[in-house]
Parts: sequence; C-alpha cells; structure tokens
Amino acid sequence: MTPLGGTGGFMEHKNINVKLKVWKQKNSQTAGRFETYEAKNISTEMSFLEMFDVLNEELISDGKEPITFDHDCREGICGTCSMYINGRPHGPWHATTTCQLHMRAFNDGETIVVEPWRANAFPVIKDLMVDRTAFERIIQAGGFISVNTGNAVDANAIPVDKDKADASFAAAACIGCGACVAACKNSSAMLFVSAKVTHLALLPQGEPERRTRALNMVAQMDKEGFGGCTNTGACEAVCPKEISIDNIARLNKEYLAAGLLSEK
Amino acid sequence: MNWSQLFTSTIGKKIVMSVTGLFLITFLVVHVGVNGCIFKDAIDSSDNGDMFNRAAQFMARNVVIRIMEYVLFAGFFIHIIQGLVVEFENRGKRKRGYEVNLGNRGSKWYSRSMGLLGTILLLFLLLHWWHFWIPSRFTHAGIEEPVLLSNGFIGHDMFSLMKATFSEWWIVIVYVLGCISLAWHLMHGFQSAFRTLGLHNKKYLNMVNALGIGFSIIVPLIFALMPLSFKLGWIG
Ligand code: HEM
Ligand code: SF4
Ligand code: FES
Repeated sequence: MTPLGGTGGFMEHKNINVKLKVWKQKNSQTAGRFETYEAKNISTEMSFLEMFDVLNEELISDGKEPITFDHDCREGICGTCSMYINGRPHGPWHATTTCQLHMRAFNDGETIVVEPWRANAFPVIKDLMVDRTAFERIIQAGGFISVNTGNAVDANAIPVDKDKADASFAAAACIGCGACVAACKNSSAMLFVSAKVTHLALLPQGEPERRTRALNMVAQMDKEGFGGCTNTGACEAVCPKEISIDNIARLNKEYLAAGLLSEK
Repeated sequence: MNWSQLFTSTIGKKIVMSVTGLFLITFLVVHVGVNGCIFKDAIDSSDNGDMFNRAAQFMARNVVIRIMEYVLFAGFFIHIIQGLVVEFENRGKRKRGYEVNLGNRGSKWYSRSMGLLGTILLLFLLLHWWHFWIPSRFTHAGIEEPVLLSNGFIGHDMFSLMKATFSEWWIVIVYVLGCISLAWHLMHGFQSAFRTLGLHNKKYLNMVNALGIGFSIIVPLIFALMPLSFKLGWIG
C-alpha cells in the first residue's frame, strides 16, 4: 500500500470507526492482557497516534485509565513511537513510523491489534511503552568518536569519498526505534548496531576507534540479551528509515577484522 | 578480544556456522561428483556401475580422502550442535510472542526455518549413514561379494547396494524429501554464509545470490535423481 492509500492516490477524507485490541500491562512485574476499545468517528486524516489521543481523551473523561504509549517528535525522526500494529512494527506502510501512519491505512469497522515491541531486552514498562535503554548502553559502548576541543574545524578540512559519505549518511538515518528487533524472529539488534558501526566506520573521523567500536558494541549487544542475526531480512523490511541489511554484512566484516587484528 | 570470544559471541557463533556450512557445501560438490558416476550406466548399459564403483574405490583408498573423512565428521558435528544451540538461544530471546505475526511479510519462510530444515536433514543423514556408510566401513552387509573393477582393483559393489536400497518406494520418497530440505536449507544458507563472513559489496552479493540459487536447485536435483533413477529402472 502506498502512503496515499489504496485507491488512485487521492486522499478522500472521511470518518471511520475502528475496534482496537490493545495490550494493557500495569508494569514490568505484572502479566498483561488484551483489552478491546472502540474508537469512533476517527478522521482518516488523523495519524495513528492522534487516534490514540482521541481515544485517551474519551477514556479519561469516562474516568477510565488511558493507554500508555511512547511518542515525542511526531514527525518521524525521534524513533520513540513504538507500536506493533496488526503484526508489523509501525503498521502497514513501508518506511513509515507509527506517528506518520495515517488512519486512511485502515478500513471502516476494522479491528486493529496493537502490541508493544516484544523482546526480553525490551521489557514492557507499561502498556505499549517498552524500555529501550539497552540501545543507549550499546551506543555508550562505542557509538562515538573522539575529537579535540578548541575551535571548530573547517567542515571540509578532511576529504571524504562521496560514495562513502553517502553510504555513511544512509546508515546514519537510523533513529534507534527498535522496529528491527521487534520484527526479527531472533530479537536481534544487528540492523541497529550495523547502522551505527557503518555510519562511523566509513568516515575518517571514525577511524581511531574503528576496531574497538565494533568489538565493544557487539559485546554490549550480547550482554543486553539480544539474539544473533540469521540474515532473514525481516529487519530491513520493516525499518522506517530503510536501513539496508547489507550493513549487517559490513558489521560482520568489521567485527571479524577487529577480532583477528586486535592486539590482545 | 581473545580467540574464544571471536567464536562465542553472537557473531562468532554465526562465523562457526558459516565456515562449517561452506565446508559442507564443498563436501556436497565432491559427493555429487562421485555419485553422479552412476549415471554412466544410463548412457552405456554395459557399465553396470563400474565407473561409480571405481570412483568409490578410489575414494576409499585415497589417504587424503580418508583424513578428510574425519574432518567431515567434525564439520557435521560442529555445524549440527552449534546450529541447535543458535536456534534455541535465539528462540529464548522473546519469552512472550506476538498475537499477530509478521510472517512472510518480512522474510522468506525457509530463512526462518533453518533449524527445522536442518533437523530434517539430520534425521535423513542418520538413515543415510545407516544405509551406506556403515555397511561400506563396518558391517559389509549387502556388499559381501567383492567386485573386480575394469582398472584391475577389487572393490565393494556399492552400485548394487544402491540398487537394492532404492528398490523400496518409502526409501526413495524419504531420500527425495531429504533432497528437498537440502535445497531450501541451501537456498538461504549459501548466500547467508557469505554475508556472515562479511561480504557486503553489492556486485559480489548479487553474484553469490545467483550462484546460491543455481547450486541449491541443481545439486539437490541430481541427488534426488539417484534413488528415482534406480526405482524407475533408468539405471541398474
Ligand atoms: C549437507 C548438509 C548441510 C549443509 C551443506 C549445510 C549448509 C549450511 C549453510 C551454508 C548455512 C549458512 C551459514 C550462515 O548463515 O552463515 C547453514 C546454516 C545452518 N544450518 Fe546447515 N547445512 C547442512 C546440514 C545441517 C544439519 C544436519 C543441521 C542440523 C541441525 C543444520 C542446521 C543449520 C542451522 C540451524 C543453521 C543456522 C541457520 C541460520 O543461521 O540461518 N544444517 N547450513
Ligand atoms: S535500523 Fe531501522 S528499525 Fe532498526 S532501530 Fe534503526 S531505524 Fe529503527
Ligand atoms: S514520534 Fe518521533 S518518530 Fe514517531
């Protein structure tokens, strides 16, 4: 389906009613369950999150508990809006975050199943909100470069090959949303880690920590309890930023080279 | 990083799978080449398996091959144990599953079923060893009569053993199913093994992809034709 909807590309505006089957869970210690809700009179122009806002307003005014979900930028750049919608991270549209998904993707009367990311490394905090600090610890382990302080250096002082700059930029588009982990049958974080490693490995600025970065980030990834990659490609298929699975092969190369060539 | 980490991290375990898997692929090339000699009989009915029996006898007396046989067993052993470990460890990383699954929308069914396809292959292998490897090495059941080969050597009549084994339909069917599992296992495994070893350039990946598809179809097909040809009387 295209972002313009199924029919002809023109966005016909209408209001629809949908049934929601949403995961409700008090906290990480308790068992959760599905609850069913009706969202009535929802404009097809609304985003998926706006639909939840409307529903939550209603729940609050009825004295019921609203549904907890993560969100921040609502423009597809922060990566917080994690929702597993009808069996697909970020819902049915290709290369689209949940906040950019619009209600015209759904039919009047449809039942929509909404689940949190499921992975041991991403425990549920509440309802649809999961704890993704594991990603932050992976970044802390190696997703940085060291620079001297002082005056800002001229942006063009170090020449960079154009193809490498482009590939690095494409990898840097990763917003750390975790959809790749959610989609992978192994709950593997390899697409995320490979994007971060590729981004820096292709630039001269990333060269000093190139080897330790690959080793340390993978070690942290394993410590956090993510699974191993078996190259199924589910991550690439659902990634809202179209990070290529070829980056995983590149990470494998970086890791193997670092492992073989490290001094210790 | 020390050596053991290089092979025990999540990537390291996959490197082990990849290296052993590629080694098993080279074994398949040799195996299909040697056994393919049975088809000489389809072209020249006076052959009666002589070409294949000569090839088998050469393999049995060649010292390099006899040493490689141990390496092959080690390769199978490591690939199988590591494969099962990887499969179960990865399954354990999501204690609670989804209500609605992504399924084929994100990946091919066979890429998600490597553990299952491998287990079917393992069961097939046990039967296969029972049928041919154990008689040829130890019991000599069904090949008691030595055969004089056209090159002057005396060998086991493995051709007749194949013919006798593949006279039963259920065995033929199990072998064909084994070959189908192998085809799907390789359809994912062949290219995946290269990715695991770090091949990331598009032009090479495209080449390996095409090679992998060709290999996964042709090699299992030739293997499957062996029991079928005996049963259908095309050879023997
Ligand atoms: C002739 C027999 C076999 C050949 C040629 C073969 C080949 C391969 C190859 C090339 C790979 C890909 C490695 C990678 O992705 O890096 C692989 C993976 C695998 N194999 Fe085998 N294999 C064989 C038998 C078996 C058997 C008997 C098992 C039994 C359990 C098995 C289980 C697995 C598993 C679980 C994987 C990992 C799946 C994945 O990473 O996607 N294989 N195999
Ligand atoms: S690789 Fe894609 S799916 Fe994975 S965290 Fe980055 S943006 Fe999200
Ligand atoms: S809320 Fe920021 S990407 Fe969706």
